[in-house]
Amino acid sequence: MVDIEKNGEFVKVEQKFTSWRDLLKPVTEKDFKPGFYHYPILKRDAEQLGIPYRDWDPLEPDWKLPEGWKETFLNKFKELLEKNRQFKLFMDICVRCGACADKCHYYIGTGDPKNMPVARAELLRSIYRRYFTKVGKIFGEWAGARELTEDVIKELYYYLYQCSLCRRCSAFCPYGIDTADIVWRGREMLQSIGTVQRFSYISIAACARTGNHLGLLPGGVAGALQSVAEDVYDITGIEIEVPINKKGADILFVTPSADYFATPHWYVCMGYLMLFHELEERYGFSYTWSTYASEGGNFGTFASYELAQKLSHKIYEEAERLGVKWILGGECGHMWRDKHQFMATMNPPPKTLEDPVSPITGTYFENAAEAKIVHIAEFVADLIEHKKINLDKSRNDHWKVTFHDSCNPARGMGLYEEPRYVIKNVCNYFYEMPEHSIREKTYCCGSGGGLLADEVMELRMRGGMPRAMALKHVHKRYGVNYLCTICAIDKAAFPTLFEFWKLPVEVGGMMELVGNALIMSDEEQERELDLRGNPLKKNEE
Amino acid sequence: MPVLEVKGKKLTLDEDGFLQDWEEWDEEVAEALAKDTRFSPQPIELTEDHWVLIRYLREYFLKYGVAPPVRMLVKHMKKTLGKEKGTLEYIYKLFPQGPAKDACRIAGLPKPTGCV
Repeated sequence: MVDIEKNGEFVKVEQKFTSWRDLLKPVTEKDFKPGFYHYPILKRDAEQLGIPYRDWDPLEPDWKLPEGWKETFLNKFKELLEKNRQFKLFMDICVRCGACADKCHYYIGTGDPKNMPVARAELLRSIYRRYFTKVGKIFGEWAGARELTEDVIKELYYYLYQCSLCRRCSAFCPYGIDTADIVWRGREMLQSIGTVQRFSYISIAACARTGNHLGLLPGGVAGALQSVAEDVYDITGIEIEVPINKKGADILFVTPSADYFATPHWYVCMGYLMLFHELEERYGFSYTWSTYASEGGNFGTFASYELAQKLSHKIYEEAERLGVKWILGGECGHMWRDKHQFMATMNPPPKTLEDPVSPITGTYFENAAEAKIVHIAEFVADLIEHKKINLDKSRNDHWKVTFHDSCNPARGMGLYEEPRYVIKNVCNYFYEMPEHSIREKTYCCGSGGGLLADEVMELRMRGGMPRAMALKHVHKRYGVNYLCTICAIDKAAFPTLFEFWKLPVEVGGMMELVGNALIMSDEEQERELDLRGNPLKKNEE
Repeated sequence: MPVLEVKGKKLTLDEDGFLQDWEEWDEEVAEALAKDTRFSPQPIELTEDHWVLIRYLREYFLKYGVAPPVRMLVKHMKKTLGKEKGTLEYIYKLFPQGPAKDACRIAGLPKPTGCV
């Protein structure tokens, strides 16, 4: 036999946790790594949202937990088990088969065993066993149960905020255990004792106060949309008057506030305005933006049921006030899990809304009949299928495009074909990334679920690695230079990620490509620039 | 929390060097924030072009509660300083860590938070 230690390269792999019992020992502030833990919630946001506040530092040994924290936490646990039968089921049903273990992009990127989805769920299961099952109460650690201590709270805080709620693991779980649901419930328990991150709560508070995550006041929303319209004018020579808070419009349009704030989201917003203007000119399409329901996204779905409900409620309220028939939603990620699965049960839709029917094609959107909200990709795909808009694909010839399925539209509502159908109709060059990284197996951008904060940059760059590598493959092989995505967090996260992984690929949205290709009936001169101001490739005739 | 001393007054910053209370801001505070190398690799010498941007940020923030969209910032620069300086590259030249991390910090604004 060859002595491996003497001959050849030898890598010694040390198991970090040699048994399940080792996994029960909590990771505390002594082991927290910079770039992996979040800043705590701000006082003004906690006060506004009624969350217990104290001044504490995650790196200090004393977290100053509020008096009676253990009881509060366990009461919340009990309440959530009683209210959510799926949560109780997920606590009981796991057989630790390990199918999920290597499916998590954070586990792949960090190599930390506690980032295996099963281990993440075990953080809560171990407490569940100790306090809510007989076996755990009697046999304790031998049954995989553990006491709830301050150290356990620290561990929960560290690892529950290292999950982006993307649910890739759930797609592989033979039982369909929804880790996002477990993490969401866990964060809800942490919220009851005020031990929550800062990032998403800034936006939740801003959204509750002003109607959008950024905290833009109505004049700001209107001014930003006006500014987007000016950019459309510069490219097309068409003056667009943006309908805002228009009572009696047929459709209310909601989209992430980032679409009229950040770049490259901005170009997508130009695409919306161009399409809606064209439909208005040709078919008398009537729609409106709202400065109150000025956010499609819902960061409440990263925090707790009550906060999610609070934020999604305003959309229905505004739809009723404006007297619209139904709602159209823009390019957003987690918004679509919220709108598709939660919104209509959290807040019953107002009676004034009708089942969505496209005013142009007459298509009945059966899948959206319950929540009364249609995805822009479905809406546009339907227009294209019925040949209601004219497109010039060659205007996107400078882009070699690939499509990143954003986690929630993909796994949360099954939106795979519609965006691809649209992209293939507006672009000549389209290439898929490897099969295991798209559709229901899509990899997260690494920054979703409340993780878009700068302080967790290393975690984000590691978590985004699988997606970056899949992109690298098509970039090298086909020369892909444009990643199309239908999520605002993606659009914010990817440019940083690709810079880090040295990938010269631009990031944009589906509606930007549609805007480029759209032939507008009142456009007089030939278009020379794309929506970013790049010169278009001239047709070789 | 880090502290910044200006004219004998102690101002509280957050972990990333942003002023906790935007009302404490004045031009001298801006100068001190620009020179604070704890949060930027090099001190920033504020020129008139810097001030054009900072003043616009402040005015917009006081009206609408948040920093302006990046594209509006670029357009404002173009309008005020001409075509050559009205680019994102020039803004990065003035504020190497970008409009959110450097410009907002020096203007005493909170960093825009959301899907941005």
